[in-house]
Order: sequence, then structure tokens, then C-alpha cells
Amino acid sequence: MSVDTSAGAAGYRPSRTMPLWAEARRQASRRRTQLALGFMAVLPLIVLAAFEFGGGEDDESGGAFDSLVGLATSGGLNFALFCLAVSAGFLLVVVVALFCGDTVASEASWGSLRYLLAVPVPRARLLAAKLIVALAYSAVALVVLAGVALIAGTLRYGWHPLGSTVAAEIAPGPGLLRLLAIVGYLAVSMLVVAGLAFLLGVLTDAPLGAVGGAVMLWILSSILDQITALGNIRYLLPTHFSDAWMGLLSTPVQVDGLVKGAISAVAYATLCWGIAFWRFTRKDVTS
Amino acid sequence: MSWTSRLRRALPRPTRGRVVAGSAVLVLVAGLVGWAVWPERTGWTSQDETITVVSGPEGNENVRLDARLYLPRDRDGRVPAVLLAHGFGGTKESVSDDAESLAEQGYAVLAYTAEGFGRSGGQIHLNSPDHEIRDAQGLLDWLAARPEIQTDAAGDPRVGVVGGSYGGALALMLAGQDPRVDAIVPSITWNDLTNVFLPQSADTSATGVFKKGWAGVFFGNGGAVPATGAVAPPTGMTVDPACGRFAADVCAAYLDVATTGDPEQKTLDLLRRSSPAATVGRIKAPTLLIQGAVDTLFPLSEADANARSIAATGTPVRVAWFTGGHDGGAGPQSDQDRVKFLTLQWLDHYVKGGGGTPSDDFTYSRVAGFSALDRDLVTNGYSIDAYPGLTGTGRTELELRGPAQPIANPPNGNPGAISSLPGTGGRLSTLLAGVAADIPGQNASFETSPVSAAVDVVGSPTVRLRAASPTGEATLFVKLYDVDESGAETLSAGLVAPVRLTDLPQSIDEAPERTIRLPAIVRRIEAGHTVRVVVATTDQAFLSPVQPATYSVQVAAALELPTAVGKPIADPQTIWRYVLAGLLAAIVVGLAVVLLVRRRRLRSRHTPTLPEYAETPLVVRNLRKAYGDGFVAVEEISFTVERGQVVGLLGPNGAGKTTTLRVLMGLTMPTAGDAMVFGHRLVPGSPVLSRVGALVEGPGFLPHLTGLENLHAYWKATGRPWADARFDEALEIAGLGDSIHRRTKKYSHGMRQRLAIAQAMLGLPELLVLDEPTDGLDPPQIAEMRRVLKRYATDGRAVLVSSHLLAEVEQTCTHAVVVNKGRIVASGPVEDIVGDSPSVLLDVSDVPAAERVLGELGVRSVLPDGPSGLIVDMNGTPRSEVVASLVRAGVAVDRVVPRRRLEDAFLALVGDNSRGSGDR
Repeated sequence: MSVDTSAGAAGYRPSRTMPLWAEARRQASRRRTQLALGFMAVLPLIVLAAFEFGGGEDDESGGAFDSLVGLATSGGLNFALFCLAVSAGFLLVVVVALFCGDTVASEASWGSLRYLLAVPVPRARLLAAKLIVALAYSAVALVVLAGVALIAGTLRYGWHPLGSTVAAEIAPGPGLLRLLAIVGYLAVSMLVVAGLAFLLGVLTDAPLGAVGGAVMLWILSSILDQITALGNIRYLLPTHFSDAWMGLLSTPVQVDGLVKGAISAVAYATLCWGIAFWRFTRKDVTS
Repeated sequence: MSWTSRLRRALPRPTRGRVVAGSAVLVLVAGLVGWAVWPERTGWTSQDETITVVSGPEGNENVRLDARLYLPRDRDGRVPAVLLAHGFGGTKESVSDDAESLAEQGYAVLAYTAEGFGRSGGQIHLNSPDHEIRDAQGLLDWLAARPEIQTDAAGDPRVGVVGGSYGGALALMLAGQDPRVDAIVPSITWNDLTNVFLPQSADTSATGVFKKGWAGVFFGNGGAVPATGAVAPPTGMTVDPACGRFAADVCAAYLDVATTGDPEQKTLDLLRRSSPAATVGRIKAPTLLIQGAVDTLFPLSEADANARSIAATGTPVRVAWFTGGHDGGAGPQSDQDRVKFLTLQWLDHYVKGGGGTPSDDFTYSRVAGFSALDRDLVTNGYSIDAYPGLTGTGRTELELRGPAQPIANPPNGNPGAISSLPGTGGRLSTLLAGVAADIPGQNASFETSPVSAAVDVVGSPTVRLRAASPTGEATLFVKLYDVDESGAETLSAGLVAPVRLTDLPQSIDEAPERTIRLPAIVRRIEAGHTVRVVVATTDQAFLSPVQPATYSVQVAAALELPTAVGKPIADPQTIWRYVLAGLLAAIVVGLAVVLLVRRRRLRSRHTPTLPEYAETPLVVRNLRKAYGDGFVAVEEISFTVERGQVVGLLGPNGAGKTTTLRVLMGLTMPTAGDAMVFGHRLVPGSPVLSRVGALVEGPGFLPHLTGLENLHAYWKATGRPWADARFDEALEIAGLGDSIHRRTKKYSHGMRQRLAIAQAMLGLPELLVLDEPTDGLDPPQIAEMRRVLKRYATDGRAVLVSSHLLAEVEQTCTHAVVVNKGRIVASGPVEDIVGDSPSVLLDVSDVPAAERVLGELGVRSVLPDGPSGLIVDMNGTPRSEVVASLVRAGVAVDRVVPRRRLEDAFLALVGDNSRGSGDR
């Protein structure tokens, strides 16, 4: 951790170790990265095919969410919205947990972590590079999902206003902005998962434990959130505001839930990352 | 094994850090639990009372009322009072939440159960001036007599009256009948029950249409025979199963109107007497009228009638609408908060005498959308400077199109259209999906073209209608739908305008035009939507004619929509936006501070270099490592590796070799002592580590990459120039041939080991640290590796090799350091260590005899080694002489093996402890 760079070998500079693109390529070469991103691109097409073959007869009724199903085939924007809505509850959580939870834990389980530290890559720098790249891949996954869904949906169902039974139809231009805002909010709300998974990944050497642990905590929080008897304690649950993006569908936009959700997500993520950095820069790497 | 020791094993060892962390978590959990279960100290006390009031038209009926008096706990002298009345079918319990919150605000609150309900005596007279109102006057007398209650004069308490629905009408009628009332807050209540139950939306004097749905709910609610535990009606009266606790005249009035829909004058008189309309003009108490926009029982027009009558006398009156009511419930949280705020503000000024005069602006709310979080509607609040009534502040006229249409009235009005579901309890969200359903053939429809700009409707729209009927009469229901682009129609709040027209001609051409005032609504009709006016013959909430008939109806083109543009009420939720901004700013500042402090600390803690060691690849001084659980892996180790040396770190498994190497790689922090590489003290991440190549605890590769890609990825992570890596030399050492292009997960253990050594040699580091390098290699590869390491140590480089194999070290290294149980047992040049030792191993036929002989020879020590072996420290005695002496003494000698020092040292440490010094 010394800044005495003169002590190092020729050409060695702590600030040049573990360049972001090197970490990005490290992760890009992994099958799980390719599969996860590939699935994000394929999912909208599968959904599209299901709508095509399914005949479109559905007798869903009640609830704001069901209306999204009914409207999914009404245009590209609605189709993208539907794909995001069905992914937000679980798929995105798993993908983000995978990118963020497995990045440190898998290096530890392969034994390559100690060689990176012996390079030496400063620990905080290593962790920062891993976190930034994992977050970038998570963002790419979200954008790929939304982008493919939007393009595929628009090609198949056309460029129509964004409809919902919650409020009046929104013209395509502002509708696209709303969709982007929803993607943005989903990205922010996924910071909780990213924080939990990353922290667990630093604390454990088992990638499965980190990814599974984060997903299980998310599910636990979702279950507790269903119990209205908990009252105001529910506001402290990291998943309490995960559906707040629906406020972006009404006119005028309801941002209160979004703001609270962003506060919750940012606070949790900062806490988790803070602990992760604090722990990783002090712990003995024994794996 | 006892259960305690089992438990102790199962639990993690209590280190200081764990104890501290555990206690912190425990304290936190205990604090949270304590905070959650701590009994909240309420700011009030309550006392149940049974108050007997004198009532009845003659003033000779005693009625016992079940009441509860809430008093503020910390009151200073006498306090103003609030009389709290409940809704129809309720009791004092159903208003306990409101009572408690008012008591918290410093009011004495008298909540009571009206006569005819719950545990109170008497009968339901439907807010008769002679009964319920007189009861309430008795309660005012009672309040005035209480020592805790502030009074304006003897027998005149300082009191406000608050109530909803049935209780709201009581508040209005009590204030109209008794000048002692200082302020009232009636909500969701009526002005005239004849208009409520026999509404007529056309400008005609014909009796309206009976609202059978709600009337039935009302009557069923109070008609129930007293439940168990309730106070039975006074003795001598039998409970009529048809009337329950209703007074006979009220019961008879219901039976009259519900049977025919055309009530007798007596019934109309009773309904009028039970309405504030008669006395509302006498109210002098400032009045805050709260009415719900989602209320098919007491629509906004009832509050409007009250407001106009009270305002006409000059009494201060303020009107507020919220999105709720008998159909919509309490409404969204934002509306509940607003209503509560307005109520307190009103009482605080007009009853308590504090606070500024409440402004008389009009507030209302409009549905903004559906909240994903609360599964309920979200509304935005608006205010307008003065109450505009039901005609709005502006007007938009739309043109309806559609020809005259024939519509059929089915016998008994069945099947009937559905517009609302009276008495199902307020679920606002169900109104979203819309329960409205029209029956084909029973309705005529007239529609506008899409509106070009959004219309904010606030008030009662009006249309003009012509109708013809073969019977001369027609009962019609006029509705206004908001139709979106996709054709989905919404009936705002489920409100319909019932119309009963008489003296109609047979032909539509001769029919006179009637103005129909549709129910007041608050709705924004978005641009692009159309408005559809539907005239139907049936509605399940109302009584339709028994006889079938076919009418003709025509709605005139002009549809007038009252509009208003209110100022949005600031939403307290916007505070969270500043919280978010603050949080983000705090994180940015915190991050900057952490980085600055860190940089400064690193600079100030600049690790000193020791110039005397600047040319020494490795100096380890008094190194000690104790783990968090108390296990000491390395007690104390010191050694030096000079340039040109290949040093072997020799010891059994678990001697502390690997821990020492981990410290050298900056993976673990030493507990004490230090290691210096070229004079630089090693801490995790020391830049000098870049001059060290390492293989510690086996290879670690990305399994999905080929061997070559792994080396490339590793070198990229170093950030050093590509040319410095010397890949060719490293690959030559690895000797993997074409396998270098295969994925490492397909590699054998030996291949991986060789690749790891090649990775350690990338960049030809000046110090090479290898942990068990020959592990998994076959003999020719081991021989090759020895040559490589020896050659590597030339040119001023140095190698440190750890091994648990004696032969390995002996053949590879120039120097050796022997460790056991975390301590150095022997160290020095291999030749010195490996040279002849003063001891031999003897295999003899008779061990006791041999020991005796050897004892006489004066050797230093004799140790048995197996059944026939002896290890003898010769102490200078030649080997030949020992053998000769033994043979002379008749002891046969099978074997004489000279021993070497290293072996000695090794045996000494391994011999008595095959487990090493613990599992490390």
C-alpha cells in the first residue's frame, strides 16, 4: 500500500494495475457472462414468440399488473415495458447478483485472487475495478433486455403510444422517455442486489453462496414486505419500493415512491460496499 | 465428550473481534426490539360513562347513552371539548381513533353511542330534533357540568361537534338547534333526506326516483335485532322483527317508500324533519364541510346545499372535497392527511381560540393514478381561492351527437344496469376497473368528438333531454362516461343522475326539453378522449317502474362542463427529494474524504527502507503469525535469502512454511516481526512485490482460458509493458508444447503446476518464491525443474523454495532453512547441514546387550529405533571401533548406516510428532 513506486519493478505503477478493460475482458471471456447477456437478448424474442403462438386469448382480470399483460402486444413500447415488468421481480435480480456476487468469489475459488494481490494490485483498486465492471455488465444486461424488447416489439407491433389502464395513453415520444426512466429506476433499485451480492462475494469464497445468498435475502425481503402487519418497518425493507417504477406510468408522473426507493437503494448499496471495502482491505486472503 | 465441550467446539472461538461484533449486534437488536415493544405513553386518559339524558318531544323520556370521555393527560386548567358523533350503525368505539388523536391535541373528547345503537338505550329516530338532537343537547349540559371542561358561560361549554355521515348531520342539526355549539366539522353527510333517497336531477317538481340500494343498506344496518351484550330496549317494548331498533314512525316511513317508490306526505315530512335543511340556516357556529367525491349516497350536492344555506347567514363556512366517501372509503393517505389538518386547524381556531383564522379557500383532490406501492389510488390536491359551488369557475361546452333513440324499460327494472355497489365498503381501486355495465336495448348513447385539450371538470355537468313515453311517465338514468382512445369508458365515481319525468307526450317531436343536472364530479378528461352521455332505463341501485314500456329519448347537442383550475397543494413528500440529494452529496463528500485521508495516511506512513538490506532479496526477522482464533501458525522465524542462493524452506506439513510465504506475498498480515525485500518492508500491496514472482498454495488459473491466455491475462493485470513479460522464456520453462492453447480446466495437476511456475517467472523477477514446486511433476520434470531453478539463481537473482521433502531440498538448494512448529530448527548451506553427522543407525541382534556395550564405550546418547535399531551419537568414537566392540560382546550387527545432519534435525522434529505442529 506504499506509494513508494520506486520500489517496484521497472514499469510497475500501482495506478496502472488491473486496468478496467483488462477486468472487463476477464469477465467477458467467461461463459456465465456470455450466457447471461445472451439470455437477456433472447428473452424478449421468446416472449414475442409466446405471444405469437399463444393466440393472445387471456382472461386476466383485476390489478394494474394484469393490464400490462393485456396491453403488451399493443406496441413496441408496451412490449418492452412488459418484458421489463416480468423480469424485474426475479430475473434481473439473479443476473445482477450473478455479475456482482461472483466476481470476487470466483477468483477466490479459482485461487487466482492471491496472484492478483501478489502482482501486487492494491486491494482497494482490485475491488473497485471488479465492482465497476460488474455494475457495468449489470447495466449492459438491463439495456440489452430493454433494447431488444423495444426493437423486436416495435418491428412486430409497431410504434404506438404507451398505454396502461392506470392513466391515459402516453404519446410515443414521451412514452420512450418514460420507458428510459423506468430502466433507470430499475437500475437504481438493483443497486441493493448489487451491494448485497458484492458484500457476500467478498465475505465468502463460494460464488454460489454469494449469488444465492443475495437472491435469497431479496426474496426474504419481498416476503416480509407482503406482511402488512409489519407496518412502518416495511419501509426499511430493501425491496419495499421495488415496484415504484409503476408510478412512472401515471400522468402526472408520481415520483415520491421513486425518490424514496432511490434513497433506500443508494443507502443500502453504500452500506454494503462500504463494509465490503473495509473488510477486504483488512482481511487475510487464505484461499 | 460432554455436551458443553461439544457445544464449545461447534461454536466459533470467542476472539476479541467476534465478541465486540457480537455484542454490538446484540445491543442493536435489543434496542430495536425494546423500541418496538416499549409501551407508548399516550397523551390522554379515558373514562367510560353512562349518561342519562332527558329527551323526547315532551321532554319526559330518559335515555341512557353509552359514552366515553377522553381527557388530555397533561392539561393545564380547563380544556375545550369536542363532541364526537359516529356514523350510522357505529358506536363510540368506531370513532376511537379520531377521539384519541383529538385528545392528543389537547381536547376533552366525548365520544358516545347514539340512541338506538350499541349499548345505548332508546330507538333510532333518524336524527329527530326531538330525540337524537335533544340527546346531544343533554350531553352539552353534561359537559358544561364537568370540572375539566372550559365554559363560555354557566351551562355553556366551549365545544365543537365533529362527526361523519349520521354524526355529521347531527353536528349540523345540533348547531342549528343549540347556540352553545362553537364550531362544527360535519363530513360526508346530507342536507335533505328526501333529495338523498328520492333524487331528481331534472328541473321538475315530480318526485324523484327511490334509491333502493342505499336505503336497504341503511335500514338493514339499524334494523338488526340487538346483538348479544347490547343493552336491551326499555322493558315493556317488544322488538318488532320488521323494524329492529327503528322507531315505529321511521320504520313505517321506510316500508311506505320502499314498497311503491312514491311516498306519502307523512313519509316526506319525516325525512325532511330528519334533515339539516330545515335548521341549517340558523347555524351560527363556523362550519367546515367535508364531502367525498366518491359517494353515491350523499353526493357533493348535499354539502353544496348546506354550504349555501349556512353562508347565506354570514356564518363562516369552508368546504373541502376529498376522493372518498360512502363508496370510496377514507381515501388516499394524502387526502386523509389534508382532511385531518383542516379539521384541527378549524377546531384550534374556533374552539380552542388559537392559530390564525383559517382561510376560506376551497380544496379538492383529483385522481392522479394508481399507486404501485399501496395498491390504491393516488390523488393530487388542489386549492381554489373561494368555493365555486357546483358550477365551477369556468365552463366548457361540448357538442353531443346522436339521433333520438328508443329504449326499453323491462318489467320491474330487471335486468338492470350497474353503476355502483352500495354498501360494499370503500375500495377505491375497484372503481378503477369500473363496475359500470349497461344493458343493450335499455340505453341511448350520445357522444362528443375527441376533445382537443384536456378538460378539468369540477362540478355538475348539465345536458338537456327530451323524452316521450306511451305511459306519459319515464324513469331514466343519465350518466356521463369518459371514453379513452381505445374505447374503454369510465363512469366517474359510479355516479348517475336519476330522472323521473311526468306528463310526457307520446311523440318525441312534441316533448319539452328538460335540463338535467348530472352529479358533481372531479375529473380530468384528457385530450383525445371523448365524452359519452348515456340515458338508461334501469339501474340496480334505484327502483324502476314495474310496468314495461318503451321510451324515446333525445339529448340536445350542448353538454356543459363546469371547469376549475386549482393551484396544486404542495406535497410534503417533496422533502424526500432533498433527502436524496443530501444523501448523494454526503456519499460523494464521504468518498472524497476517505480517499484524501487514505492518501495522506499512506504518505505519512511511508514504509522506511533499510539501505543495509537494499541488495538482499529477502530478510525475514522475527516473524510471528497468530490467527484470529488464537492459533499460532508461526512462532518466530528469521532467515535471509541472498542473491545467487536457492534457499529451501524445509519442514513437515503444517510447520508454518505456507503461512510464512503468504506473509511474503502480502496476503496475510504478520502479527509481529517483518519481512523485507530489497530493503523494503513488506505490507499487503507493497510495490516491491512486483519484483517477486510467486507460486503459493498451488496454481490459480481462470479455468475457461487457455494456458497462454491465462499468462496474458495475468500480465495485463500487472499493467506493466508487454515486452517485459518474456513470454517465450516462460513458455519454454513451462514446456507445455501445444497444450498451452488448451483450456486450463483440462490440464493435469502437473501441467497446471508447470504453468504456475512459468507465471511466477513472467518478467523474470529478482526473487522467485515457490511453494512445493515439484508437486505433481514426474521425475524427469523434477530433474528439469532443478536445473531451471539453479540456473535462475544466477545473474544475481534468488529463489526461495518450500518443501516437505528432504531429498528435494538437498538436491535443488544451495541453502536450507528447517522449520517445525513455527520455529527454525536448523539453517545454513546445504553442504553444512547435509554433511556427516556424529550419529549412526545400527541394526543389532540384541538391543539390550548392545545398549550396555555402547554405554561402556562412552557415546553421548543411544536411542532405540524400531525393534532392532539404535541411533547412536558417537561423540567422536570411530564407527569401526563401535562395530568391533559390539561384535566382541557377541552382538551381531546387521547394518551400520552413517546419518547426516539434516536427517537428524528432521527426525528429531518429525519423530515425536507425525502430525507436525498442527493442521495448518
